[in-house]
Amino acid sequence: MRSVWALAAMAALSVLTVSTTTLAGEPKQGGVLRMYHRDSPANASILEGATYSVNVPFMGVFNNLVIYDQHIAQNSPETLRPELAESWAWSSDNKKLTFKLRQGVKWHDGKPFTSADVKCTFDLLMGKSQQKLRQNPRKAWYNEVNDVTPNGDFEVSFDLKRPQPSLLAMLASGYTPIYPCHVSPADMRTRPIGTGPFKFVEFKANESIKLTRNPDYWRKGRPYLDGIEYTIIPNRSTAILAFVAGKFDMTFPTHITIPLLKDIKSQAPNAVCVVEPTNVSTNIIVNSASPPFDNIDIRRAMAMALDRKAFIDILFEGQADIGGTMLPPPQGIWGMPKDKLETIPGYGPDVNANREAAKKLMQKAGYGPDKHLAVKISTRNLAEYRDPAVILIDQLKNIYIDGELDVVETANWFPKVARKDYMLGLNLTGNSIDDPDQSFYENYSCGSQRNYTNYCNKEIEKLFDEQSQETDVSKRKPLVWDIDKKLQEDVARPIIFHARAGTCWHPYVKGVTIMSNSSYNGFRYEDVWLDK
Amino acid sequence: MFAYLVRRLFLMLVTLFGISVVIFVLLRIVPGNIVDILFAAAGYVDPADKANLEKELGIDQPLILQYWHWISGFLRGDLGYSYVSEKPALQEILPRIPITARLAGLALLFSASIGIPLGVISAVKQGTRLDYVLRVVSLSGLSLPSFWLGLLILTASVAMFGQMPIFNPNPQTWLEAFATYAVPAAAVGFRSAALTMRITRSSMLEVLRQDYIRTARAKGASDAAVNYQHALKNAILPVITVIGIEAAFLIGGLIVTETVFNIPGVARFLVEAIRWRDYPIVQNLVMLIAVVVVVANFTVDMLYAVFDPRIRYTD
Repeated sequence: MRSVWALAAMAALSVLTVSTTTLAGEPKQGGVLRMYHRDSPANASILEGATYSVNVPFMGVFNNLVIYDQHIAQNSPETLRPELAESWAWSSDNKKLTFKLRQGVKWHDGKPFTSADVKCTFDLLMGKSQQKLRQNPRKAWYNEVNDVTPNGDFEVSFDLKRPQPSLLAMLASGYTPIYPCHVSPADMRTRPIGTGPFKFVEFKANESIKLTRNPDYWRKGRPYLDGIEYTIIPNRSTAILAFVAGKFDMTFPTHITIPLLKDIKSQAPNAVCVVEPTNVSTNIIVNSASPPFDNIDIRRAMAMALDRKAFIDILFEGQADIGGTMLPPPQGIWGMPKDKLETIPGYGPDVNANREAAKKLMQKAGYGPDKHLAVKISTRNLAEYRDPAVILIDQLKNIYIDGELDVVETANWFPKVARKDYMLGLNLTGNSIDDPDQSFYENYSCGSQRNYTNYCNKEIEKLFDEQSQETDVSKRKPLVWDIDKKLQEDVARPIIFHARAGTCWHPYVKGVTIMSNSSYNGFRYEDVWLDK
Repeated sequence: MFAYLVRRLFLMLVTLFGISVVIFVLLRIVPGNIVDILFAAAGYVDPADKANLEKELGIDQPLILQYWHWISGFLRGDLGYSYVSEKPALQEILPRIPITARLAGLALLFSASIGIPLGVISAVKQGTRLDYVLRVVSLSGLSLPSFWLGLLILTASVAMFGQMPIFNPNPQTWLEAFATYAVPAAAVGFRSAALTMRITRSSMLEVLRQDYIRTARAKGASDAAVNYQHALKNAILPVITVIGIEAAFLIGGLIVTETVFNIPGVARFLVEAIRWRDYPIVQNLVMLIAVVVVVANFTVDMLYAVFDPRIRYTD
């Protein structure tokens, strides 16, 4: 009899355990998510911004037409989800993309959302509007769009000059929120109004950013949080100490360097920390318009002298990735497979052999043990630029190149690069979506504003367009790999490594997903909740 | 006296004019402007967009015109708009001033209330173990930079107590206010406390060797009366001078302390504004500081004449 009671008690206990587990897993409403912000953004306008200092805190204020699934770490064409658009369809010739829009959506000031707002937003981005954005860093994304046309209040079409499947990827980026027609771009910089899960409350420069729950959000039951508060703390040590002491629920996304992760885990062992690629490459920009780097042999020798693993071991304790222009797999969708990558000069595993070949190229160009080439390596006055530049100088010594560090203040960096007043530059390139069109056209296309070296190769340009129009991903990938390989062989902008970074939160923070191939697209936070 | 007053007022105006020119010119000499920095953050430069933005902000105008707009606005009390936040500059500057003023005041109070008594004790106990300990403390105060000390305090409080003092923008009680400001004030005030201690000690040692101190002791005055009534009263003058000079130097320490403790005061704000080349904020803020310093100087000089009959400003 006693054993029967014991069995019954065990059964009851296990039922209780299961139900408790279920209850603990159920999202809860309420609470304010407290985070620190790494710096004070220039303003609150995502369309005008080009740093995730803007789109992390303000992405939750808005909605896009479509968005990458916020719970799948890897952005890909398969993870696109409807948001303000309920559905989309391509025309048979793939030159028209039509969205059916969600009805009953309201802006935070109560006005209704319609197709006119979509048209206004893209007219603004394409420079067709009467009103102008102060800055329009992603205007080139819409080069292939002829016009955006509303068909009634709840349908809108994008007419393209030619097929461009990547347009959907660009529309799903955190950088592509829909703005209201009835609010000026100037007001959107100071008091943004969106349709998103959180309403803007306050932005005090150098102090804080506050958002509150949108009670009229179209997605019923969301968001779970009552609000989000960002305290602006530019000093990383102070910010991390405050996180460890429990003043914040979460660190600023991808703000934790690999060496700092150990500190956090030792001081806050329960913290959940995730390390992911940021899709930011550290690369070399080469002034090939002037001697000595107008000589392709010297450019190639320099690229072949790189020991990429050494950079990664020193700066990231081994946790970073080697690749070409596109983020390497497995996190990157479009990066070259390892066997193809290693066929590129300088990417082979035998660094000494690469350097011997590089020395021969240098000797061909007239340099050797008795005649070194003196170069200045310019870079911005930020640790993530300076540190790899120092390692680069050390590595170039192996092939008769004596480098001198030239540290440039941020305000002078782009004017200096634009007037070609440099020999080599150590540069960082952030890709806001893992997509070939974004990367190729933005950084390597003739005349692009972010093509800092004015690299222009008409043959490669044709290949850019060819891959861009290919709708079959399996056919598009080999085209992209060939382009990427050619860019590396041309030493257009030699890629040294792709960085990774960490994000930490306390275990009671639930529903956070850090994107593994983008550090710009995962901050809607409408499903984030606090288990406390 | 009247003529002197008029001359001083005139000189004060000339000084302020000179300062305004220096501020304006120095700020323009620094390479880059807000537009360069905004485009640097955007990762591209479009010459047409850049020109539009420079026109919108008025920084494409001739420098002399820009100076005139600023200074005439300043005299009217119109400080313009921050280029970054697009809010009125006055609205951005004013709420931050009391925060830094409280921090600076408390740091000076800390400096005087710790530095003077310890300096006296060190002098009175000259050559003892206590004197050596206090001298080491003062030496460390002069050697440790305030940002390092601040980080040490923060790290220690997190490691030992799992807590860290963080700025409370709306303290409800005196205790909360004290808790908010005390630790950063101590971090920034430690250096001036050390300096005050050293000056007090050497000044006291000099006074304690004077004949009138020996006389006081011979008359049977207690140690406390000799040290505090006779000696300190005469030794304090150089200490006050040093505290006054330290007050001016405090701003440098406050910048790093406000950064380390994340205090949204005016010192950190000024540095951020310089980083963004936010001319309306930087020019007006530095000018306001200059006005306060010049007017305070003038007032002190005038008060000398009023309160000290030995001082007469002649025509």
